[in-house]
Amino acid sequence: MATSNQLKRVDFIFRNENDWEKILSSTLQRKPQDLINELISSELKGRGGAGFPTGLKWKLTAESKEKEKYVICNADEGEPGTFKDREILSRVPYKVLTAMAICGYITGAKRGFIYLRGEYKFLLPELNKVIDEFDYYCQETNLDFKISIFMGSGAYICGEETALMESMEGKRGEPRNKPPFPTQAGFMGKPTVINNVETLVHTFTIFKYGAKKFYDLGVQYSRGTKLFSVSGDTPKPGIYELELGMSLQDFVYEFGDGDTKAVQVGGASGFLVPRKKFKDAAIGFKGKLTGISLPTGGSMMLFNSSRSMFNVLDNYLEFFREESCGQCTPCRVGCQQLLLGIKAVKRGEKPASYLDKLLRLNETMQYTAKCGLGQSVANSFSSIVENFREEMIY
Amino acid sequence: MNKKVNISINGFPVEISAGKTILEAAEEQGITIPTLCHHKDLCVAGNCRVCVVEVAGQNRLSAACATPCEEGMEILTNSLKVRNSRKQIIELLLAEHNADCTKCYRNGNCELQTLASEYKIMTQDFIELVPLKHASIDSYSPSIIKDDSKCIRCQRCVRTCAGLQGVNALTVAHKGDKMKITTFFEKAMRDVVCTNCGQCVNHCPTGALVEKNYIEEVWEAIANPNKHVVVQTAPAVRVGLGEELGMKPGKSITGKMVAALKRLGFDSVLDTDFTADLTIIEEGTELLTRLKKALVDKDKSVSLPMATSCSPGWIKYIEHMFPDHLKNLSTCKSPQQMFGALVKTYYANARNIKPEDIVSVSIMPCTAKKYEAFRPEMHDSGYRDVDYVLTTRELAILIKQAGLDFNKLEPAKYDRLMGESSGAAVIFGATGGVMEAALRTAYEIVTGREVPFENLNITPVRGVDGIREATIKIENPVEEWAFLDGVELKCAIAHGLINAKSVMESIRAGTSDYHFIEFMACPGGCLGGGGQPIPTNPEIRQKRAEAIYAEDEGLPIRKSHENHEITKLYKDFLKEPLGEVSHHLLHTKYTQRERY
Repeated sequence: MATSNQLKRVDFIFRNENDWEKILSSTLQRKPQDLINELISSELKGRGGAGFPTGLKWKLTAESKEKEKYVICNADEGEPGTFKDREILSRVPYKVLTAMAICGYITGAKRGFIYLRGEYKFLLPELNKVIDEFDYYCQETNLDFKISIFMGSGAYICGEETALMESMEGKRGEPRNKPPFPTQAGFMGKPTVINNVETLVHTFTIFKYGAKKFYDLGVQYSRGTKLFSVSGDTPKPGIYELELGMSLQDFVYEFGDGDTKAVQVGGASGFLVPRKKFKDAAIGFKGKLTGISLPTGGSMMLFNSSRSMFNVLDNYLEFFREESCGQCTPCRVGCQQLLLGIKAVKRGEKPASYLDKLLRLNETMQYTAKCGLGQSVANSFSSIVENFREEMIY
Repeated sequence: MNKKVNISINGFPVEISAGKTILEAAEEQGITIPTLCHHKDLCVAGNCRVCVVEVAGQNRLSAACATPCEEGMEILTNSLKVRNSRKQIIELLLAEHNADCTKCYRNGNCELQTLASEYKIMTQDFIELVPLKHASIDSYSPSIIKDDSKCIRCQRCVRTCAGLQGVNALTVAHKGDKMKITTFFEKAMRDVVCTNCGQCVNHCPTGALVEKNYIEEVWEAIANPNKHVVVQTAPAVRVGLGEELGMKPGKSITGKMVAALKRLGFDSVLDTDFTADLTIIEEGTELLTRLKKALVDKDKSVSLPMATSCSPGWIKYIEHMFPDHLKNLSTCKSPQQMFGALVKTYYANARNIKPEDIVSVSIMPCTAKKYEAFRPEMHDSGYRDVDYVLTTRELAILIKQAGLDFNKLEPAKYDRLMGESSGAAVIFGATGGVMEAALRTAYEIVTGREVPFENLNITPVRGVDGIREATIKIENPVEEWAFLDGVELKCAIAHGLINAKSVMESIRAGTSDYHFIEFMACPGGCLGGGGQPIPTNPEIRQKRAEAIYAEDEGLPIRKSHENHEITKLYKDFLKEPLGEVSHHLLHTKYTQRERY
């Protein structure tokens, strides 16, 4: 059974302490190896959704002998239902910049980029001001690290790290083959650390308060806190910092409207959990003790009984059909087939058993798509079709 | 170096050189993994996903073309999971593809069709996407037809146009379901930077990009009793045609090809090699004249290096990309166009046929030649100099339609006039061949001696490297060319437009000191042309090159200036190289074009 703790609200990320200069200068006094060890011991995992151990990522990049390296902050927050990175960048941007500079110090990178989602253009004036201040500080203290902003142009796929780098290189935003991974050959073919905005802020917390404080929060395999973007049928939409490992049941007690039918965890590319499974589902990374564990980039969409799950799925698939980059077959054609397929079943043009064919296609997409986009369409599709099959047909 | 890794493929342990992909490892073991987006000429894309294989311990399948072998990998190329996924991917492609195979130009030589047949895709459960999209057919170009409804988005053409040719006429636009291969602002191929080289056609796995064929037009001309139909065949055709007719690559079948053309009903079967020899005389003289002007007269208006002008893909490329260097081009027309201009003047006169009654057909390894024949300046005979250009592939179609059993044909000889040629002309078909042919003649004109290479084989200019350089020192020249004594003639050869680009950039930057450069648009030269049999790849090009050089060595005449018909042509008609008639019929001018 999942843990049935009450929700634990925490306040690290948005705590406005205005001491970044002190944290930066004191951290830069320490040996890079010690900092990496500290980060590894915190067990921080990437907060963009994929959950790659952050300490390991930095370590791999630091170990590379290449002279030129880069740090990229992935602020292409495009997953439907998440809006936490926008909030971080408008409320505590200096934490992000500090973390990037520390990362540069540890890995040997002299250049940092923030890849900002096209739709977040309105953040630019303020963000540029903070970067100018930060630049000034770096010059004053002889810190050789320069951060600039790269504007995205509105493609969801450019949140995928290698597509993001292609886009930064002036090419079409299409995911690359892996290996090589960005830590070996990233932006301009050089070793690159690329982290989600929130991940970087967590490293700030860790360097400020120590790994233990972070590690003590959350549960095994899912340490620390996480920002959740809560939306949908809820009386209190917004952004909340919560400890990882909570059960979905507790979450729904807190945020539901009393009539919650299902929760979409992790946005359109995440899983839909129906009411009957709330108790068994915990929010955290794979490897949790029992039950279903749901990794998430933080998007939590609640649906009450007035919502048609067919419409929900239809909406997601419209999104994926348009946002697939179009290069690989399973994703490009697969998304179109899934969308047209459920419509055809609904209209009675295809038999209900056609859903099973689509579920098999779904599996193929999961096994064979080139990047996370095509692979994870299966998550929402299978969890909705399997749990709400009758809504797909009638 | 040469580290090895131990892996297993389908349960059998094997040792593989480190760095090889799963696809390459499997190929070494005699296991074919199907591919669509993969091509040995191109960078790895990994986007069709047909080549997926299972690696033990991983839930997801890996693209064999893009995944390097690692120590201990256990690979399954044909597990149930692989088969099911692969089959479904083929089904997806078929749902997106206009699979009206019987009406397709590539019917019978389509990689998707072959794969669908191998996997026995007998039903189409998925929803057909073709009728839902408004795919367009661009048939405005005289060379290439682009049919989006047949495109499977493997991006081979895009990688060809960018990586092999550096042209970037074809790119990807839009995303998701609207993603397509298109041109700048979705203009017609005719109106963009496309060089008509046809490499995209040669690399396309389906019928999305094909040559514009003139098969029916040629049959009609042949059937018209009032027309005298003349056909010329380019050097590279004879070493490629056999592949289309079921032979292994590397067979030269000149005699049988001539016999077949005669049986198809052409009134006169002649050889582009004849005007290749003529090109050498004209272009060689032009080079020596330029050198004289530059070195003796110190004439600053002379442009060196001089660049060859036989390859129409290259010509259109330089017109778009380096219009500031058009003066570096030799003013000589390509052998095809020299031939065309002579057929409706010299030949018509000699055979006493009205030029308007002549239909001039050429068989080329090239799609750009179709465009070249269309150029407005190619009417110097007073008529269109070349009426129809067919590719090697189209000739094979004619032969098949006529029901000729190629194996039973007795080799025949080219007709005269304009059918004699030298070995120097044959090697025009290979990269470095024009250079070698020019050197054989120019060196002899200047020094009175044969080029100082064993058996006339100027090996330094041969090979497959994209850019090659050679220097020939001129010693003890004859009196007329005494000023060249001690001069080191610096030559370069570039094939594939991406290589042409880097040579041109060095010229533009002023960092090159070449005198003479051979440029060929296609990798390997004409033998790797866009109109050659599909597939064409590095190994096949190598085989065709070997056949070309063997043909050269086997010919009695190896030097262009020893071609008797050429001597007669000058005596009876042209009078002298670069003379007035030559200037009118054999030379041309170039046009600056936009860069998009």
